[in-house]
Amino acid sequence: MSTSPGDALAEVIRAEYPRILATLIRVTGDVNLAEDALQDAVVRALQTWPRDGLPLSPKAWLTTAARRCAIDRIRREAMRTGKEAAAVFVFDSDGPEPPDSVVQDDLLRLVFTCCHPALATDTQVALSLRTLAGLTTTEVSRALLVPEPTMAKRLTRAKQKIAHAGIPYRVPTDSELPDRLPAVAAVVYLIFNEGYASVGAEPIRAGLVGEAIRLGRLLLELMPDEASVRGLLALMLLQDSRRLARVASDGSLTVLAEQDRSRWDRNQIDEGVVLVGSALARSPDRPDPYVVQAAIAACHAIAPRYEDTDWGAVVSWYDVLLTVSDNPVVRLNRAAALAELAGPAVSLAEVDRITGLESYPWWHAARGELLLRLGRLNESAAAADQASALGLTEPHLAHLRRRLAAGGVGSG
Amino acid sequence: MPTYAALIYTPDVDWSQADQAAMMAEYGAFGEAATAVIRGGEALYPTATATTVRVQGGKGGDPLITDGPYADTKEALTGFYLLECADLDEAVSWAQQIPGAWQGAVEVRPIIPLG
Repeated sequence: MSTSPGDALAEVIRAEYPRILATLIRVTGDVNLAEDALQDAVVRALQTWPRDGLPLSPKAWLTTAARRCAIDRIRREAMRTGKEAAAVFVFDSDGPEPPDSVVQDDLLRLVFTCCHPALATDTQVALSLRTLAGLTTTEVSRALLVPEPTMAKRLTRAKQKIAHAGIPYRVPTDSELPDRLPAVAAVVYLIFNEGYASVGAEPIRAGLVGEAIRLGRLLLELMPDEASVRGLLALMLLQDSRRLARVASDGSLTVLAEQDRSRWDRNQIDEGVVLVGSALARSPDRPDPYVVQAAIAACHAIAPRYEDTDWGAVVSWYDVLLTVSDNPVVRLNRAAALAELAGPAVSLAEVDRITGLESYPWWHAARGELLLRLGRLNESAAAADQASALGLTEPHLAHLRRRLAAGGVGSG
Repeated sequence: MPTYAALIYTPDVDWSQADQAAMMAEYGAFGEAATAVIRGGEALYPTATATTVRVQGGKGGDPLITDGPYADTKEALTGFYLLECADLDEAVSWAQQIPGAWQGAVEVRPIIPLG
């Protein structure tokens, strides 16, 4: 596959960047220096690998080179400022590579540094993509639809804040973990949703979805005992398993009921379902929101046909979800499931009881769907227009519009 | 170890008045609890006592002296502490015990080590 050093290097960087960086941050105590030094090493590799051939272990080569580059940078800085470069001797650039367990700990520290509550959420997302997913600044700015200079500035400020404000580079203690883990999961799920539920012109930005799943796998590797982490990865895998069936050839979104289930990714579903099971076994005391949402996704994933879905189970899971995360959007989703269990009239009554979603386009879209099923076409069309006026793009409304145009035929 | 300024922003208050004794006692309790990390700190007279100084036209230019605080806002800088802590997490854990954190807000800022 990867025969040219350029490809091999790109692959090594993607796979090993976060690990090399994480260890380098620990030994230098400086995110900026670590990143610059690793960048120097990458440039050096690009110069020498095509000439000398691929090293036996590209990762070891890069690690050693990055450490030497870090020392060079510290020395240069010391010469510039005339200060003693005491830090130069704190680590041995030619020392053996740290064992895997140490690298894992380094990486875990980096996860919690990137997702520290003293950083703005936008910044946490950008920093996680840059350092944990190993994307370049250009790639991060493209993925998040932010101009590159703005993104570069945001990342630089973040690293300055980490250094100057003394955001610690450590794994939270067991007692702190319940407070800190949700922020980490939220960042990864935000990245996933940025890709999966993008309301921009392109319905799914697969690149970001892939990055989020990679990060989810990384978290599972680092924290295998956390139910929340299992639930998060399961949820992302199960949602993403429908990717191919979710978008029609014309770019419009296909609703769950009409998706061709043979196009769902069975491997992802199998992995997701197993993860949900193991996550449920690990969360006996308090239901975890990600695990419960993954359980709901699993109910859909294992149904051979839409009409085979165990709607009773789906509604029950939503009731569980409401006990830990009661908000209008969860209520709306529960009401949508209730339509399949108890009919559109019962569901519409529930939807109309939810307050606080008047400016949420999906609330109007859901009302439009239920009104259509009840044969109230004019009201349905008005609801669809309202959803559109509130920013829901037409691909999301195509299904409803089509059936409205057909006079409610096939509204099932 | 880094030092942090914990800048206390609350509704304007005159700490020197007798009716603030209960509040001063709360600050006293914080001071006792945080004695190991406190490197300094002061309570400020209310913003009505503030004088703001500007020099127009660069160094040596015209001084402009105005009565009042730099920013006339509902919540004002009413005091500060200097806290020497291992990292931001520790500084934040102390800052949330400062009474100003629930009367207003406490801004935690790292201090540049000079010299």
